[in-house]
Amino acid sequence: MTSSETQNPTNGSYPPGTHPDLPPPSTAYGPVHWIKVNLFGGVTNTVLTLLFAYMLWKIVPFLTEWMFLDAAFTGESRRDCEATAGGACWAFIGSRLQLFIYGFYPEAQRWRVDLTFVMLILALVPVLYDATPHRGKGLIFACLYPFIGGWLLIGGLGLESVSTDQFGGLMLNVIIGVTGIAFSLPIGIVLALGRQSHLPIVRILCVGFIEFIRGVPLITLLFVAAVMLSYFVPPGTNFDLLVRVLIMVTLFASGYMAEVIRGGLQAIPKGQYEAADGMGLRYWQVMRLVILPQALKISIPGIVNTFIGLYKDTTLVIVIGRLDILGIGNSSLADSKWQGLSTEVYVFVALFFFISCFSISRYSLYLEKKLHTEL
Amino acid sequence: MSEVDISEESFTPIESSMGEEELIQIVAMHKWYGEFHVLKDINLAVKARERIVVCGPSGSGKSTLIRCLNRLEEHQQGTVIVNGIELTGDLKKIEEIRREVGIVFQHFNLFPHLTVLENCTLGPIWVRGTPKKEAEESAMKYLERVKIPEQALKFPGQLSGGQQQRVAIARSLCMNPKIMLFDEPTSALDPEMIKEVLDVMIELASTGMTMIVVSHEMGFAKTVADRVIFMDEGQIIEQNEPHEFFDNPQHERTQLFLSQILAH
Ligand SMILES: Nc1ncnc2c1ncn2[C@@H]1O[C@H](COP(=O)(O)OP(=O)(O)OP(=O)(O)O)[C@@H](O)[C@H]1O
Ligand SMILES: [Mg+2]
Repeated sequence: MTSSETQNPTNGSYPPGTHPDLPPPSTAYGPVHWIKVNLFGGVTNTVLTLLFAYMLWKIVPFLTEWMFLDAAFTGESRRDCEATAGGACWAFIGSRLQLFIYGFYPEAQRWRVDLTFVMLILALVPVLYDATPHRGKGLIFACLYPFIGGWLLIGGLGLESVSTDQFGGLMLNVIIGVTGIAFSLPIGIVLALGRQSHLPIVRILCVGFIEFIRGVPLITLLFVAAVMLSYFVPPGTNFDLLVRVLIMVTLFASGYMAEVIRGGLQAIPKGQYEAADGMGLRYWQVMRLVILPQALKISIPGIVNTFIGLYKDTTLVIVIGRLDILGIGNSSLADSKWQGLSTEVYVFVALFFFISCFSISRYSLYLEKKLHTEL
Repeated sequence: MSEVDISEESFTPIESSMGEEELIQIVAMHKWYGEFHVLKDINLAVKARERIVVCGPSGSGKSTLIRCLNRLEEHQQGTVIVNGIELTGDLKKIEEIRREVGIVFQHFNLFPHLTVLENCTLGPIWVRGTPKKEAEESAMKYLERVKIPEQALKFPGQLSGGQQQRVAIARSLCMNPKIMLFDEPTSALDPEMIKEVLDVMIELASTGMTMIVVSHEMGFAKTVADRVIFMDEGQIIEQNEPHEFFDNPQHERTQLFLSQILAH
């Protein structure tokens, strides 16, 4: 590249219209250039870079030591941990891992939970990646999955039945989160479209619902689910508490989802409706083929935000006496053998949520990028 | 606004305005936007194969008029009969009419999330129930007719304005309509792209398509139109055969309008 100086004569030495494409001078690209511009460009930038480097230098070794190098992975009690290492006592988490994952699900039946998880992943792949081979069949499976999964977990029809009271731990978070996510999107879409309807009754119903949901804390709705809903079902019928919670969480997320999607719908120019209507497409065709693909794409950040919020809100079931992963962690702290290990528990729970939510967020970025190339 | 150079030979008129059938009949139609009386007592009959150019000052109701023909806007009084079907609130009838009436907009309104080919096959597949493969073949035929078959797999955002408008025309033609409506199809285009779109429209006219075109392109009107309609303040002020219309306007508002667009 040093020769570029000589190859790059002063302006005007080419006859007009014959200037060839030249490579940029080496000072305009390459890693050195990048570092210079992005990390040390200007005083503020340099100070921030140094400050950040100092923080990393302080934190990273400490964390690595605490979490891995100095941590105890085996042991029967806190004393065992302290005898062998000065860092985190992961043996505590390890000894209760089953509880963290399955809650109080009967041990002999836990394979059913595992199978449900595996099938969940199989069902998600065709939904999330449109290049999945045999996607059509995969999608049919995904539609059937809630029923298969429900049957596997609850039992009946040949399987030993398990009460939903025994559900707990991470599996409870995943069940509530996935159900809420799967159902709140379509319900949110319907609510958002209803809010734009030219039929006043439909519009009033949708607006009323959305405003009510957004005006009430989720905890309140969960209490309602736990206590009040049983007044509305005929006495004697047993309306499962978990189902009530699922309904409440889904409706709660739907209200938010509707508003996010409404934002996307408003960004679609009127001409798109006119062109689609003008072809003779019916209302639902216009929505499904023309409007929603564009509106949902715009709404992805908001939709994912709502999903992540919902997923984290699943820990609130603790207020109605259900022990999710956080609840299990909290109650484990009372164990006298393992006293004082709250840091380990909360780090573990936080990591679980972080990994889940970060994956959702990464997927949404992938999706946005993919859809962006199509515009 | 300008007279684009269109050689009159490029257009071979075939027997037009001879069909018996009246495809569009508007009788004493009125339309209001709220309190605003936008169309006043419109009477117009369009025969099959007839080509009509509508002009008039901005805000005179030209767009509204042609949008009343496929019920993108509803009229409040009078009757509009298109292809033998009276336009009422009946959704079934509206859909039936929209299938037979293509519309091309000033701003193209292509679907940005679909490829050019998908834009063209959407209507045939979902409205007419044409099998996908057949719809694609026919779409390619129309894309060739508007001279952009090589762009079929691109997205609208990757095309120039003129190309987009030609895709929009092809998209409408794919529905095999009996009537084509154009709402200022060239007024959002750069001058060098106007001709490519007008050429496509002239070619279309030569096939005997019934067309109603809102446009100020005098050259186009003179070449193609059987009749030029002048609108002002929601009324049809004057209509005439194009040469007569431009050379010898009767009404003083028409004279004023023509002098203004010629002044450009
Ligand atoms: N949706 C609407 N609501 C209220 N008024 C409207 C609406 N659409 C159009 N108008 C008004 O109706 C009148 C006629 O509009 P129209 O778009 O038909 O005019 P036009 O002749 O097509 O004008 P241009 O040449 O600018 O396109 C204008 O005064 C306009 O402001
Ligand atoms: Mg207009």
